[in-house]
Amino acid sequence: MRNIWTVATNTFREAVRDRVLYNLVFFALLMMGAAILVGQVSIGIEDSVIVSLGLTAISVIGIFIAVFIGVGLVSKEIDKRTLYALLAKPVQRWEFLLGKYGGLVLTLTVNTAAMAVGLYVALWTVKHPLERGDWYVLVAVYLILLKLALIVALAMLFSCFTTPFLAILFTAGLYVAGVFAEDLRTMQAVGLAPETMKLLRGISYLLPNFENFNVMGAVAHSRGVPASLVWQDTWYALLYASLVLATAAVVFSRRNLK
Amino acid sequence: MASPAIEIENLSKEYPHGFLNLKKKRSLENLNMDVQTGEVFGFLGPNGAGKSTTIKLLMRLIFPTAGTARILGKSIHDVSMHRNVGYLPEQPYFYDYLTAAELLDYFARFHNLTAADRRDRVQRMLKKVGLETAKKIQLRKYSKGMLQRAGLAQAILHDPQVVILDEPMSGLDPLGRREVRDIILELKREGRTVLFSTHILSDAEMLCDRVGVIVGGTLRGIGAPGEMIGITAQGMEILFELPEAGTKTPLLEKATKTGERYRVQVPECELYAALEQLKDARVRILSVAQIKPTLEEFFMNLVDADRAQANAVEVSGQ
Repeated sequence: MRNIWTVATNTFREAVRDRVLYNLVFFALLMMGAAILVGQVSIGIEDSVIVSLGLTAISVIGIFIAVFIGVGLVSKEIDKRTLYALLAKPVQRWEFLLGKYGGLVLTLTVNTAAMAVGLYVALWTVKHPLERGDWYVLVAVYLILLKLALIVALAMLFSCFTTPFLAILFTAGLYVAGVFAEDLRTMQAVGLAPETMKLLRGISYLLPNFENFNVMGAVAHSRGVPASLVWQDTWYALLYASLVLATAAVVFSRRNLK
Repeated sequence: MASPAIEIENLSKEYPHGFLNLKKKRSLENLNMDVQTGEVFGFLGPNGAGKSTTIKLLMRLIFPTAGTARILGKSIHDVSMHRNVGYLPEQPYFYDYLTAAELLDYFARFHNLTAADRRDRVQRMLKKVGLETAKKIQLRKYSKGMLQRAGLAQAILHDPQVVILDEPMSGLDPLGRREVRDIILELKREGRTVLFSTHILSDAEMLCDRVGVIVGGTLRGIGAPGEMIGITAQGMEILFELPEAGTKTPLLEKATKTGERYRVQVPECELYAALEQLKDARVRILSVAQIKPTLEEFFMNLVDADRAQANAVEVSGQ
């Protein structure tokens, strides 16, 4: 556990020193601009526009960081050979992998939390005092974070056995497929053989269902999110990410570092 | 007799290559060797000979196709083995956003040292490798030689019994090379076992109790540096100047003139006779030095011998 924590804190330090958190400046500017603009162009729905815009920005920025930095977590260490000296210490490869994962999730947590604060500041400028329904935004932010944690796990898995470019492609592809997993499950395609439908449905259950984590619509209109959904999503992300990371650990522990 | 610090048995490594990775390229073939406790062992060979492959196998960075190895009695697959082993990778590259002190502190954490112990060791190591004044500079601003020193510091930070260095002199200026040599000798004085790979014969000769010579993935022999790599003098070279123009001595006919200086090579058994002749002619002797084979000559001889053997097998097969 100690080794994992050591790698994780160093990964966080790397993200901070490599100015990953600079995206917060962009987010702050976006929120300030939105707050000013929304107040002038929309009547009565300022808060819902701010929440939708803020949550979308949190999600998109987070996905970019999760995919691009997630893929680089392992591949960069191999390319630059920074890993060599580390693996010659009493460290298991899976500990290194979990540490890198933990470090990026920690970075995303700090990043997402800071953006959530920015969102509330923007919300407060168009509407104060804040109401009870506005605090559901925090639930949406939490679910976005779960989604990002899952994306990082997938990015790491792919980067363990393929090139960074392909890993980005696979992760992004799987994310898009995962967003439509629910549609694939319920699709009643005309002209498709029943066997094909069964196969598609089977695939849809294997894909990470990212739409599960999307409660933006409800939250933007101050509607609550059922606690059961939050629990379900938490367990789903935890289990799915654990499986993905376990697979990544198996692949990585057998990899020759040339 | 103490058991060897490093034991390698039938270690082989093949890399898949070609379309669909169906072909195999053998990088190391049935390597068998021991490194005794407390000795400095040099691993010599040209590029692609299998030196780094062997070291990476020992450090579990790659996995053997066949064979096994133990360090201090523990299998190389046992991670706890690394508690007592230090490793410097070839052309080391570290997290460039860290300072040298942060890097060493980071690595020290994997050895379960207390904060005070870590601080103390980091300071000592930085001083030892001459990076004390640069400890607060990020590694991205370090020269290659400074990175090599930082790498050396992280390798010996935890007082390991066995130190494995992959081309530790590479990229260093003469002063840096001397400092690394001093550190290796200090490690030897402290009773540690050092295995290092090198291209530089003089380093091997100066530092090693024994050397292993590897060419084309096959170990060609192990022994004392002199006997293994033939660092016995091939002859003697005398450098001299004439006291005045027109001075006559029979050696002048054999000598090569560069500027005002003459250089003559004589067999070792004729050295004293040659010196007598020069003394009689009252020439000024500037230096007398042994002529040793260069690394290229040494390895080319081995490669030529390989080719000759392969040709002989081919002819006998026909």
